[in-house]
Formats: sequence, C-alpha cells, structure tokens
Amino acid sequence: MTAISIQKEEGASARALRPRRHKPLAGGVSPWLLPVALLLLWQGGGALGWIPPTILPNPADVLAAAWKLTQSGELAQNIEVSALRAATGFLIGGGFGFALGLANGLSRLSADLTDTTLQMVRNIPHLALVPLVILWFGIDEEAKLFLVALGVFFPIYINTLHGVRNVDPQLIEMGRSYGMSRSDLFGRIIFPGALPSIFVGIRYGLGVMWLTLIVAETIAANSGIGYMAMHAREFMRVDVVVFAILVYALFGKLADSTARFLERLCLSWNPAYRSLSQ
Amino acid sequence: MSHAPATIPDVSRQDRLGLPLNARHISKAFGETSVLSNLDVFVPAGQFLAIVGRSGCGKSTLLRLLADLDQPDAGEITLGHGVDRRVQTRVMFQEPRLLPWARVLPNVEVGLGADGRTPKGRERARLALASVGLGSRAQDWPSILSGGQRQRVALARALVSRPRLLALDEPLGALDALTRIEMQKLLEQAWLRLGFTAILVTHDVAEALTLADRIVMIEDGKISLDLCIDTPRPRRRGAVELARLEEQILSYLLREDAHEPDYVI
Ligand SMILES: Nc1ncnc2c1ncn2[C@@H]1O[C@H](COP(=O)(O)OP(=O)(O)OP(=O)(O)O)[C@@H](O)[C@H]1O
Ligand SMILES: [Mg+2]
Repeated sequence: MTAISIQKEEGASARALRPRRHKPLAGGVSPWLLPVALLLLWQGGGALGWIPPTILPNPADVLAAAWKLTQSGELAQNIEVSALRAATGFLIGGGFGFALGLANGLSRLSADLTDTTLQMVRNIPHLALVPLVILWFGIDEEAKLFLVALGVFFPIYINTLHGVRNVDPQLIEMGRSYGMSRSDLFGRIIFPGALPSIFVGIRYGLGVMWLTLIVAETIAANSGIGYMAMHAREFMRVDVVVFAILVYALFGKLADSTARFLERLCLSWNPAYRSLSQ
Repeated sequence: MSHAPATIPDVSRQDRLGLPLNARHISKAFGETSVLSNLDVFVPAGQFLAIVGRSGCGKSTLLRLLADLDQPDAGEITLGHGVDRRVQTRVMFQEPRLLPWARVLPNVEVGLGADGRTPKGRERARLALASVGLGSRAQDWPSILSGGQRQRVALARALVSRPRLLALDEPLGALDALTRIEMQKLLEQAWLRLGFTAILVTHDVAEALTLADRIVMIEDGKISLDLCIDTPRPRRRGAVELARLEEQILSYLLREDAHEPDYVI
C-alpha cells in the first residue's frame, strides 16, 4: 500500500518537472492564436483612429499595397533578387566556413596557420565594414554578396570546427581499432558526429544572412526588398514599408523552418530531435 | 531466455580461430611514471586469460598494448606468426561505443570493415546479431536499447569478423548483476563455439573465475600471480571450489606486504 502511494507521488513529481503535454488544439492552431489576436487589435486600433495611418497603416491597407505590388510584378522581381543574393552569399560564406572548419578541425597544421587570424577577424562586426565595402564595390551586387558571405562565414566556421573537435574520441578510437580507413572514419564517425553542431551554425548563419541582407539592401542597392522599402519611404508609403518588413520576417521564418526540417531529417537518430518530431 | 539459438555453426576443432599471443619484455611509462616494466606474458592459442589487479595497476594499459591500441616503449608483441594484430584483434570496451547515428545492424556491419556493406557482409552481420539474441532489433536506433542490449550489439560487432584475439576491458563493468551473468554466459558460449583467444580485464575476481582458464595479477608493473583455473565448465556460480579460490586471490591481493595506498582516512 505504502509502496504504491510512494510510486504515485514520484510519478506525479516527475510529470510536474516536464512541461505539460496538452493535446494540440485542432491541428496545432494554438501557436497562431497570439499573432491573430495582435492582428485583430492592430486592425481594430486603426479603424478606431487610435493608430494614425502615417505611423502604422491598417493590416487591410498593407494587404492592399501587397496586392498592388504583386499585380505589378514588382514584388516577385524584388523577392527574386533578394532571395538570389541571400542564397549566393550564404553558399559562398557557408561553403568557405564549412571547408575551413573541417580543415582546422582535422589538421593541426591548418589550425595553427589560420585559426588565430580568423578568431581575430571574427571580432570585427562585419557590418562595420559597410562604408569600406561601398567604397570598394559601390552598390554593385558584389557589395551585398561580400557582406552576406562574410556574415555567414563565421557562425558556420566556428560551429563546424567545434563540432569536429568535439566528436567523441572513444568512437574515433573504436573506428581506428576496427580498421576504418581515413575516409570511412570521416564519413561514418567525424562528420555525423559534428553534424548537430554544424546545424546550429547553419541556423545561426541564416539569421545573420537576413540581417546582413536587410542592412545592405537598405543602404546600398537599387533592387531587392530592402530597396523596395527604402524607395517607398521616400514617398511616405508606410504601407509598403511595413509590407517589406513582413516579407523579410516571412522569409526568415521560412529559411529557419527549412533548416529545422532538414535538421530533424538528418538527426533523427538523436532522441532529442526524435521526440520533437513526434 | 529470449536468446535465439546459436545461428553461427560450430567451428570444428582444427579451424578454431585462436592464435597464440606472445608479449616479451614489455615496458610502458607515461611521462615519469612507469606503469609496466619488463613484463612477459604468453597466451596459448584459444586460452581465456583474465587480468586482475588493483585499480590503476596498469591492466587497461597492458590490454591496450596487446590489442595494438597503443605502442609499448620497449618490447615486442606478436600474434601467431606475425599476423597483423590490428586486423585480427577486436576490442570490447566498458562502454558499448556504438555509433548513435547508425541503426543496430549497420553498427554490427562496422565490424566487417569495407565488407560490411556488401550483401554477403550484411547477411553475416544479421547472423551475428541473431546469435546475441537481438535479431529482431536490427533496425532500431542504439539509443532505445538497454545497456545490456547495447553491450550485446557490441559483442556481435566484435565477433562478426571472426577475430583471432578478443580483448575485453571490463566490458560488463557497467551492467547490473543479472544482465552481467547473462552476458558472461553469452561470452562463454561464443568463446567455446569460435575458439578465439580471449583476454579479459576485470576487477571482479568472481567473474574472472567463472570465465577464465587462467588468471594473472598485475602488481608493480609485473605479473605477480599466474594461476591456472582448471575447474570444468560449465562452472556453477558460487561453487565451493570457486569461492575458495576467490578467497585466496583476494587475500593475496590484500596481503600485508602488498602496497597500501599512501593515505589513511
Ligand atoms: N594516457 C595516459 N596518460 C598518462 N597516464 C596514464 C594514461 N593512461 C594510464 N595512465 C596511468 O597509468 C596507470 C595505469 O592505468 P590503467 O588505466 O592501466 O589502470 P587500470 O589497472 O586499468 O585501472 P582500473 O582498474 O581503475 O581501470 C595509472 O596510474 C594511470 O594514471
Ligand atoms: Mg582500466
């Protein structure tokens, strides 16, 4: 009797420690409740005249502006330009970061040669280079790509390096004693072991990518979403400005969701990610 | 028992796997501290040798040298007539050391090296997995297995390539008492069936007595006790004879003139 009641208590406290698992409301509606409420408040506040339209236009007005931009094809064109810049910059910066992270994680010599220098450069906020970059490249594409690539480089470099260096040495020893070749050792132990950390770098890098692109496009561009917002500002089109900000937010979210999806796909062996996907 | 019947057929007397291991004048030091000094040990083909001794006496160090995980400072170690020890030796560690990102069957295939990914290799891995009673768990992630099951997968991985020498460093140390007895049986069965030479490091004298043909004790970098255990198998746990031997070994280990720790509590 007593034993059973003790067990019950233990069960209860263990459950209390974990966040309560509630049944998701009809197909995961709950995360959207707050945004929708805010949207309604915004629309209501605008309609009642609490929020002047020169400060923050109604959602309906923003929607109308969005519609107009879509119809004219301006939106699609700007999105294409921005997305291409983001992707190219990310691939260049991420590619170099990944390659150097691997090289420095695997080879002492390579790390001795480059790591200190890279750690020093890392301490310069890359956006501090904007004036210099404008002097070098003007407002050409290279300026944006350079800044994005530089911003993305470091999170991916650091996390790849960290991942490779922190692969369980016991597993590596096992692989060696089981006669794995160098390429097998890399493909079957080091890379998969570093992958969780690499994904942290990718997700962080995506955040930096959008941030850099926004700054670069508002300061030095004649196309893209950021340019669209700056251009609209000159004509006091607050609705377009707000819409441009929303597009950025949407794209940031989209990139992050994609990365999370890939993460869950690639790391399904890890109980931490498995429980998330269930 | 849930163990499937042994699926690997018995190996006939003449092609039993074991090769003799010969270590001569082995020395090993880490920095200033000498761990092994001029140690000799010869392990005949197919013998089950247990290494016991106080914590820190150099059991793991010796095993790592014998298994070619480390190189001795001096001395020579040979397996058979100059067989490549790295290829013919498999090691089981205290931790299972399974690849968490590979399912159970691919983990066993690791034991076959490059052959593991051929259809034939896969089939061998499957058989090895079945022989440790986990045939139905081939597609599970290691993380959902129990500690004992993981160690059984590690045993299958170690044995799938039919090694000539199996080196075990307290492989059952982290298991609970019951699982440990099960694993001891499994290990003994595999050894009887395949006939590899086995070297087991353990701090558990009773375990050494259950499994080994011979027990050596390491003290001060040398072998201080070398004991043949010819009690017939299968050995009954808690048999009077084994209990007496255990008592003798322990009292030898704790004898007056043996090194006491430098501190007093
Ligand atoms: N890589 C190393 N570097 C420095 N010293 C080491 C290293 N490995 C072992 N030693 C030292 O060598 C001695 C023997 O270590 P070893 O691990 O062989 O002991 P052991 O007999 O296996 O002990 P235990 O029963 O606790 O596992 C210890 O004093 C240890 O500190
Ligand atoms: Mg040890």
